Amino acid sequence: MRASFRNAVARLAPVVGLLVVILVFAVGTGAPERYLSTNNLRVVFAQTVIVALGAIGMTVIVVSAGIDLSVGSTIALTGVVAAMLLRAGQAPWIAMAAAVLCGGLVGLLNGLAITRLKVVPFIGTLGMLGIARGAAKWVAGQEAVYPPATWINELAVTVPTPPWLVFAPGVWMSVVLALVMAVVLRRTVFGRRVFALGSSEAAARACGIATDRLKIQIYALAGLFFGLAGVVQMSRLRLGDPTVAAGTELDVIAAVVIGGGSLNGGEGGIVGSMIGALAMAFLRNGTQQMGWPNYVQEIIIGVIIVGAVAADRLRHGGE
Amino acid sequence: MALPSDGRRPALRVAGVVKRFGATVALDGADLDVAEGEVHALIGENGAGKSTLLSVLAGLLRADAGTLEIAGQPYAPIAPRDAREHGIALIHQELSLFPHLSVAENVVMGREPARHGAFDWAAARRRTLEVLEEFGHPEIDPSTRVDALPIAARQVVEICRAVASRARVVLMDEPTSSLQRPDVERLFRLIRRLAAAGTAVVYISHFLEESREVSERFTVLRDGRTVATGPLAETTNDALITAMVGREVSELYPRRSPAAPSPPLLEMSNLVAPPAVRSASLSVRPGEVLGVFGLMGSGRTETVRALFGLAPAESGTLLLRGQEEAVTGGSPARRIRQGVGYVSEDRKGEGLALSLSVADNVTITRLASCTRMGILDPGRQRRDAEVAAARVGVKASSVLQPVRTLSGGNQQKTALARLLHQDADVLLLDEPTRGVDIGSKAQIYEAIAAIAAAGKAVVFVSSYLPELLGLCDRLAVMSRGRLSAARPVAEWTPESALEAAIAP
Repeated sequence: MRASFRNAVARLAPVVGLLVVILVFAVGTGAPERYLSTNNLRVVFAQTVIVALGAIGMTVIVVSAGIDLSVGSTIALTGVVAAMLLRAGQAPWIAMAAAVLCGGLVGLLNGLAITRLKVVPFIGTLGMLGIARGAAKWVAGQEAVYPPATWINELAVTVPTPPWLVFAPGVWMSVVLALVMAVVLRRTVFGRRVFALGSSEAAARACGIATDRLKIQIYALAGLFFGLAGVVQMSRLRLGDPTVAAGTELDVIAAVVIGGGSLNGGEGGIVGSMIGALAMAFLRNGTQQMGWPNYVQEIIIGVIIVGAVAADRLRHGGE
Repeated sequence: MALPSDGRRPALRVAGVVKRFGATVALDGADLDVAEGEVHALIGENGAGKSTLLSVLAGLLRADAGTLEIAGQPYAPIAPRDAREHGIALIHQELSLFPHLSVAENVVMGREPARHGAFDWAAARRRTLEVLEEFGHPEIDPSTRVDALPIAARQVVEICRAVASRARVVLMDEPTSSLQRPDVERLFRLIRRLAAAGTAVVYISHFLEESREVSERFTVLRDGRTVATGPLAETTNDALITAMVGREVSELYPRRSPAAPSPPLLEMSNLVAPPAVRSASLSVRPGEVLGVFGLMGSGRTETVRALFGLAPAESGTLLLRGQEEAVTGGSPARRIRQGVGYVSEDRKGEGLALSLSVADNVTITRLASCTRMGILDPGRQRRDAEVAAARVGVKASSVLQPVRTLSGGNQQKTALARLLHQDADVLLLDEPTRGVDIGSKAQIYEAIAAIAAAGKAVVFVSSYLPELLGLCDRLAVMSRGRLSAARPVAEWTPESALEAAIAP
C-alpha cells in the first residue's frame, strides 16, 4: 500500500515539477499569454529536441544502472559526420543514417569497454567523451564543416515549412520515437530485462540473462539516439561543429533524473524523461525571457539536479 | 553407491570438485549424490564450502577440478544460463529477486513468454497464477511489485520461479534464515511437494533439527571436503557435529575460567533504534563474554551498530565504567575514544580496506600512536601491526601484504587484531567467524578467550548457536527487535534459544 503510494508520488513528481516551472515563469514574466503562446511553445519544443532524443537513449542506460558521459562528444562527432557526407554530395537520408549508425558504433564501443574490459560505465564513457571529441575534431580537420542546404536543415526550425505541422518535424519525430521506446521499455522482453538488470545484476545473471550482451545492446541502442541528436544539432546550426554540445550529457542525465530515473538503476521511464527534458527547456526559456544572465540559469539547473537526486534518495530512504 | 537403495535414478552427482580463490581453497574434493525426488541435507560449519558448492552447481562459479553429472549426463556449466537449461534452480541465502519488478515478471524472468518480442503479460500472469495456486498461495497478486511484499511472500515467489522453470534439481541455501516458524512449515510443505513430483532438492540449513525434519539423507562438508554421508535416520546429532567440526566439540572451544564478580564495564538500558531495534538492554563485565543470538533481521546487528554510533539511536542510557555517556548522537570516533571497538559482520564492505595492507588495516584506528611529530613512522607501524597480528595468529607473508590476498579466516583475524592494537576495553564482535575455516575459527575463539582473560569485556553477536553456547558466559537472544535478559549459557539449550529467537 505504502509502496504503491510512494510510486504514484514518484510518477507524478516530474509532472508537478514541470507545471511549477511553467507557472513560475508564466507569472514571473508578467505575460503568461506570451510565455504560453504557440510561438514560444514552438521555440521551447524545438530547443528540447536534442536533449529529448538524448534522454530517450539515456533512460534505457540509467534504468539498467549504467551511465553514459560521452553524449555531448557523440553529438558533435555524428553532426560532423552528417555534415561531411552532405558536403561530399551524399543524399540527406544517407547522411542521416550514417550519423545515426556512427552514434550506434560509439555506443557499441562503450558497451564493449564496459563488458569486455570490465571498465565501470562512468570511466569507460568518460574515456569515450575524450575519444569521440578528438575524433570529431580530427575528421573535421579542426574546423566547422559547412554542408549545402537540404531538408535536414528544416528538422528543428522554429516555424515548420508546411505550416499545418504547427511544430517542427523533429519535434514530431521525437514524440513518435519516445512513444515507441516507452513501449519497448515497458512491454518487450528486452525492456523488462533492462529493468531486471538495473534492479539486481546478480539476480539477472542467475536468471540466465546474458547480462554482458544485454549491456552492449543497451549502449549501442542509446548510441543510435545520440547519433540522431547529432543530426538535429547539425540541422539547428546548419553546420557540423566539432566543438559543439560540450556538457550536453549533463542536461540529458538531468532530464532523466528529473523524470524519475534512479541512478541506482531499476527505475525510470521515457515519458518521465521527456517531461524532465521539457522542464529544463521551459526553465532555460523562462530565465532568458526574464532577462536573467546565463549563469543564473546554470546555477538553477545545478540546484535542480541535486534536488531531484536528493528527492530520489529520500524516496528510497526506507530501503 | 551413496544413493538410496530403492532404485531411484540419480538426479545429481558431484565427484571430487575443487574450487580455489587465490590462497583460499573453498572446495577440496567435494562429493554429493542426490536421487530424483530426494531431499538431501548439505551440512557443514560456516565456511565449510556449502554455498560455494551450490554456486558451482548453479554455474555462478567454475570448478577448478572434478566432475558433475545431471541425470547421468556430464554437466559443465560455465554460466547460470547453462544451469537453467539443465533444470537447476538455486534459491539464495539472500533472496535474489528484482525488487522493482512485479511478481509475475520475477517468476518468468529469463524465460519470458513473448509474442514477436513483446512481453506477453497475460501469459506471464497466467503462468504465475498457476504456480502460486499449485503452492497454495493464490492470495499473492502477480502484478504486485516485489518490494511491496513481506519477506515470507518473497520467498514463495523465489520458489515459484524455480518451479515455473520446471527445475529438476532445486538448490536451497539456508532458505529458512529469514522466516518465522509458520512460514518454515509452509516452506517444508512446498519442499515435500517438489520432491513428490520427482524434483531433487539439496537443502542447506544451520539447524540440524530442521534438516532432519525435511531431509532423507545428508552429506557433511568440512573444509571443502565431503567427510560423511548417509541416511539421517541412522545417525545422531553428536555424530553429525563431530563430522562437521572434525574433532570432539569440546576441543573446539577453549576452556575458560569464570570472570571475577565486578561492576559492569558497559551497561546499556532500553536502547531504541528504529526500525530494527525496539528495546535492547545488556551489560558486560570485565573478563566476560556476553553472547547475543538472533536470526537474520532480528535486529542483532543493528543493536551493536547503534551502540557503536554507526546507526542513530532514538533513546536509551549507556554507562561506561559507571560513567553515563550519551547514547544518542554517538559516533564511532567518540566510542573509540571511550575504549569501545567494533568488528563488522560485513568484512568486505565495512570491516576492512581490502586493497590496503594488513599493517594499515590493523593500525588505522590508532594510527597516531605510530607517528613521530605527526609524521607516520612506517617501521613503528609495521612492528605494532606485527605484534597485534601475531596475537590472533594472522597468517601472512608480511604485514605489508594487501588484505585482499588473504584467506577469509586471516582477513577476519586482521579485523580482530585491529581491536587489539586499538586496545579496546569493550569489544563488539558481529559474526566474527562468518565465512571462516575451522582452523581459523578455533584461533579466533582462542583469541577471544585470551582477550576476556586479560580483563576486557566482549559482546559476541552471532547467528550460529553452537559457538555462542561453546564460548560465552552468558547469552541473550534477540527477536524482532527485542533483546531478552541474559542468562548463563548453562541455562540455555539449543532448542530454548531457537524458540526465543523465533518468538513473536
